[in-house]
Amino acid sequence: MRVVVAMSGGVDSSVVAGLLHEQGHEVIGVTLQLYDHGAAVGRKGACCAGQDIHDARRVADRLGIAHYVIDAQQRFQDAVIRPFADSYAAGETPVPCISCNQSVKFTDLVRLAADLGAERLATGHYVRRIDGPEGAELHRAVDTTRDQSWFLFATTRDQLAACLFPLGGYASKAAVRAEAARLGLEVAAKPDSQDICFVPQGSYADVVAKLRPDAMLPGDIVTADGIKIGRHEGIARYTIGQGKRLGPAGQEGSQRRVVTRLESGTRRVVVGSADIGSRNILLRDVNWLVSPGERRCTVKLRSGEAPRAASIGGSGDAIEVQLDLPGRAAPGQACVFYADDRVLGGGFIRAAPQIG
Amino acid sequence: MRVYLDANASEPLYPAARAAAVAALEGVGNPSSVHADGRAARRQLEDAREAVARRFAVTAAQVVFTSGGTEADALAIHALGRGRRVIVGATEHDAVRAAAPGAAILPVDGNGVADLDALAALLREGPALVCLMLANNETGTLQPVREAAAMVHAAGGCLHVDAAQAAGRMLIDFAALGADSMAISGHKLGGPQGVGALVLNLALAPVALIAGGGQERGWRGGTQALPAIAGLGAAMGERPADHSALRDRIERDAVAAGAVVIGVGAPRLCNTICLGLPGVASQTQVMALDLAGIAVSAGAACSSGKVARSHVLDAMGQGGLAGEAIRVSLPWNITGAEVDFFLHAYQSLARRLSRRAA
Repeated sequence: MRVVVAMSGGVDSSVVAGLLHEQGHEVIGVTLQLYDHGAAVGRKGACCAGQDIHDARRVADRLGIAHYVIDAQQRFQDAVIRPFADSYAAGETPVPCISCNQSVKFTDLVRLAADLGAERLATGHYVRRIDGPEGAELHRAVDTTRDQSWFLFATTRDQLAACLFPLGGYASKAAVRAEAARLGLEVAAKPDSQDICFVPQGSYADVVAKLRPDAMLPGDIVTADGIKIGRHEGIARYTIGQGKRLGPAGQEGSQRRVVTRLESGTRRVVVGSADIGSRNILLRDVNWLVSPGERRCTVKLRSGEAPRAASIGGSGDAIEVQLDLPGRAAPGQACVFYADDRVLGGGFIRAAPQIG
Repeated sequence: MRVYLDANASEPLYPAARAAAVAALEGVGNPSSVHADGRAARRQLEDAREAVARRFAVTAAQVVFTSGGTEADALAIHALGRGRRVIVGATEHDAVRAAAPGAAILPVDGNGVADLDALAALLREGPALVCLMLANNETGTLQPVREAAAMVHAAGGCLHVDAAQAAGRMLIDFAALGADSMAISGHKLGGPQGVGALVLNLALAPVALIAGGGQERGWRGGTQALPAIAGLGAAMGERPADHSALRDRIERDAVAAGAVVIGVGAPRLCNTICLGLPGVASQTQVMALDLAGIAVSAGAACSSGKVARSHVLDAMGQGGLAGEAIRVSLPWNITGAEVDFFLHAYQSLARRLSRRAA
C-alpha cells in the first residue's frame, strides 16, 4: 500500500521508512519544516532547513523513495510555539510535543496522507497500535524506557485508525539502531534529539520571553498564607514542585520548600512544604480512546513516571481524577489513563481553584 | 510515465547542445593558452560567443559568459548599480532581489505588469538603475521593457533586464529592447546548467565581481567552462517553439476543472501557465501530481526543497491564491499526448481535492 512516513531525519523515522520500503510498500517520505533552523540556533545566514532535513532527504535518496519538505512554520508557530508561551504566561507548564502531535502531525499529516491517496501515515513513535474488536487501540511500547504513549493520548480514534507505529514492538533503541545499520542508513549512529526541538540551544525561557514578555516580569514569592518571603524573575521560570530558583525562600529551617501554585494574575509564586500533594486533579480537553465513563485505572502525570492507581469520575469536559495516593500535578501537563499497557484516554491538567 | 512540465526550472537539453558540450569535453586546452590546443579551445569559445551574439543581434564583444543567470544578474547590478539608486520590479527573481537588497520596489498590477506611472514617480527622485525582467518565471507575464527603457534613459539612469525565462522562448533584439544589460541562463533555453551570459551595452567599462586572470575582457575572471559554453552556443541556434495552442488548451480545461489562470490579462510567454486551485495547497498539488508522474512546481524553488509562498503572486495582489497555485511550464519537446496526460491527472486532482476543501 501507499504509506506516508513522517521523516524527521533521525534514526527512528528513517528506520520506519526503510522497513516499510523493504516490506514492499510505496513509501512517501515527508519532512516538516517547523521553524527557521538558522534563527533557532542564532546563527545568521545558516540554512533555514538545517541538518535534519538534509539527513531525511539523504535517507530517502538511499532508499529510492519520494520525499517532500513541507513548510509548516506558520502552523507550528500558531499551534505549538505560541500556545507554549501563552501556557507559561498563564502559570502552566505546557507539553509542546503533545500540541505538535495534536496539530501538525496527526491532524495535518493524516489529512495530507489522505490527499496523496495514501492509506496510512507512519511515524517513528515508540507506541504500539493493536487492532482490537472495536478498532485501533493505542498501547505502550515494548521498550517502556522509550515509550511515548503519554505524548500521544490526544490522538483521536479516527487518526489512530490511519496510523502505523512500526517501532513500538522493538525491544530497545539499540535494536532500532541495529536495523538502521542493517538497512545501510547513515543516520544509524546519529545522536538522539534533545528535549524541545525548537529551543535547540539556550533555554525555553528565551522563547517565552520573546513572545510573552509579561510572563517574565518580576513578582513575589509568597507562602500559602500570602506572606511575602522573596522575589522572582517571572512565573514562566517555575513549575509546580520545583525547588530551584527560589533562593532563601526555598528553605524553611531544615525543611525544603517547593512551588505549589503559580498565579498569573498577581504574578505570585506560591511555595509550600515539599511533601504536600493533592489527590484530586481536574482535567480539560479530555480525549477518550475507549467509551467515556467512570472507571478504576492507572494514570501517569508525567511521561517517565510509574503508573499510579486512580479513579476517573465526572463526565463530558468536567473529568476529575482521584489519585489513591497524593501526587503533584502541574497545570498544563497531561494526565493519561492506562489499563495495563493500553491508553484509555487522557486530558490536560487544569489549575486548582485559587484559594483566597 | 513521467511528464516533465517544469521547463522554467530547467529546460531539457537540446540534442545539438548536448553534442557540442560532449565534443568540448573531449578536447583539451585552456582558451587562454597560446599553443594549438589552447587556440582550438579559444575557437570553440568564440564560436559560442558569436552564436549568442547573433541570437540577440549584438556583436560578440558584448557577450560576457558567467556561471549562470544569477551571476549575470549580480554582475550587472554590481557594475551598473555603482553609485546609483536601484529600483527593482516587485516580481523579480531572487537572483535580482538578493543582489539589490536596499532597492526601491516598483509595483505591478494584478496581471504582474509593472506600473509605469509608479516608475515615472520613482524616477522623478533622480536617476537610477532599474531592474525589470522580460518574462516572469512563475506567471510568464511580459514586462513593457521598451517603454521602461525609454523612461529610465530620459531620467539619466540605466536598465538591466533579466531575460532568463524569455531568452529561449522568444526572439530578442537587444538594441530594440533598449536595455543596458541583459542576463540569460543556459539551462533555461535548452543548454547545460552552470552557464549563463550577460549581454552588455558596448559603452560600459569592465567591472568584475571575480577579477581572477582578467578573462572575459576583464568582466569575469576564471577559466571559462567551455563544455557548458559550447552547449549554450549550440542551443542558441534553436528556434523558440510556439506552444500557444497547447497553452490555450491547458488553460481552457483547467478552468473548466475549477482553476483560475493567474496573469491571464497580460501578454505572457506561450509556455508558462500559472494555475490557482482555490482551497488546495500548492504543495499538496505538486506532491499529488508528482506521484501521478508529472513534474510541475510552485513558487520559486527554495534550496531546502520546500514549497515557499510566492512573493510574485503576493505582489500581484493574488495573496489568496499565493499558497494555492502551481506553475506549469512547457518544455521545447512537449507533446500533445503529454498535455492530455497532465490534464487528465489535473482534472482528477481538482475533483478529489477541491471537494475535500469545500
